[in-house]
Amino acid sequence: MSQAAVPAGAEGAAAGGTAVRQLRARSYGAVYGAVGLAALVAIWWAAIEFGSAPGSFARLFAPAAAFSSLIELASGSDLWTHIALSLKRIAVGLGLAVLIGVPVGLAVGASKALDAATTPAFQLLRMISPLSWMPIAVMALGVGDAPIYFLLTFAAVWPILLNTAAGVRALDRRWLLLAESLAATRWEVLSRVIVPGVTGHVLTGVRLSIGILWIVLVPCEMLGVSAGLGYFILDTRDRLAYSELAAVVLVIGALGFLLDAAARAAHAAWSPKR
Amino acid sequence: MSGAGAALEARGVSIRYPGAPAPVLADLELAVAPGEIVAVLGQSGVGKSSLLRVLGGLQKPSSGRVLAGGADLAAPHPRVAVAFQDPALLPWLTLEGNVAFGLDFRRQPKRSAAERRALVDAAIAEVGLEAARRLHLAALSGGMAQRAALARCLAREPDVLLLDEPFGALDEVTRAAMQALLLKVVARRRAAALLITHDVDEALNVADRVVLLGGAPARVVGVWRVDLPHPRDGAIAETGALRIEILTALRSAVRRH
Repeated sequence: MSQAAVPAGAEGAAAGGTAVRQLRARSYGAVYGAVGLAALVAIWWAAIEFGSAPGSFARLFAPAAAFSSLIELASGSDLWTHIALSLKRIAVGLGLAVLIGVPVGLAVGASKALDAATTPAFQLLRMISPLSWMPIAVMALGVGDAPIYFLLTFAAVWPILLNTAAGVRALDRRWLLLAESLAATRWEVLSRVIVPGVTGHVLTGVRLSIGILWIVLVPCEMLGVSAGLGYFILDTRDRLAYSELAAVVLVIGALGFLLDAAARAAHAAWSPKR
Repeated sequence: MSGAGAALEARGVSIRYPGAPAPVLADLELAVAPGEIVAVLGQSGVGKSSLLRVLGGLQKPSSGRVLAGGADLAAPHPRVAVAFQDPALLPWLTLEGNVAFGLDFRRQPKRSAAERRALVDAAIAEVGLEAARRLHLAALSGGMAQRAALARCLAREPDVLLLDEPFGALDEVTRAAMQALLLKVVARRRAAALLITHDVDEALNVADRVVLLGGAPARVVGVWRVDLPHPRDGAIAETGALRIEILTALRSAVRRH
């Protein structure tokens, strides 16, 4: 018993030291990151200040004007409505991509024949820009949310599907042998070994998908819908509200940053155990 | 080697892989009684691990029968537990979760959640890992992981323990501790244990009987009874003679291979 307690305690102390080091490394990272963001704003400011004539319309895109418009927009309800709608579309697109990508990925990863049969087709489909489906999607599904959901799902499904399949192929055979020696049924092997075994890979796919989704979402929302951040960009342009346009661009960047951070956090929460 | 009352028995077991010209293992007769530890020795590639898979119901013999508790073994049996060379712990579960893994499977005996918890607690206590039960794989040493794998076997209250060189990767001190633990567990639970090993000293340290496999196809080429009390660290004179005898037989088996 003492033999077990000693290494356990030692591991605990070592883990504590690692946690402190990690915290320190993370705070360094945060400071450098903040400096980098400040430099970005400075470049933005300098480009407008020195690159355009005083009183020209480019001045409307300056940081000061953008930030004051942002504060104004944030105090109203319009911006929040657009954000909520865009995030809902991301959630639906991601949800559908997971629902399709994970089971298909499991099947493709488990079967060499299916893998060989689908790889060229998937690689071909994956390389078609989702935006090029847009006219077809609108023709087939009409205007509104349906074509957007289709395009987002189509864009997001590949990283999830391919990572899930790679995860199945990377599964430790010993885990499967173990489950077999415990007289596991096929369902138990799937639910208790394969699915948890590939979760890290699925989360990597989800993270890549979120990045793609966010990039594809804005142009998708520029067509046939009357709300969402992509629509809002066009709306500010049509109203000649250029400082608002710059503010919405900022919002899109910040939300994308946060979405990626959330996906990273989900991945990190799963992976230190491995 | 009579099979009467044996917890695990192999009768005329042969193992031949598809496409192979000759079987790897032929006409094996082996019986392990409750509370007995049998060590199976043999050089690498002699078919020890194939034999263990067959005895564990993970692979069908090409001929012959395997009986667990007197009944034919056609598939992995809930009362036959296998410990592999590698602990094969699942990294997404805590140590406790790993020990409990499989207890609630449909083909295992029906147990309530409270019963399962009691079994897991007892198994973890038996291998001395109470302090580490909430840890994940990354925080476990090799010895702790192997203890956890043993606890996973013990939680199922097996009648038969099949061990495939489970201590091979451990350092001397940890290995000796694990061997002592195995002896304690087998004595207390009256389980039948079959230990696959290529280490003569390990066989002499723990086994009541040492079975040597050799030749191609492999057969039993020697059986030695080790009637010595535990611990055997001090019994160098008695084990020394056996050791030389077994090593000589092992070498001549290798030459015949």
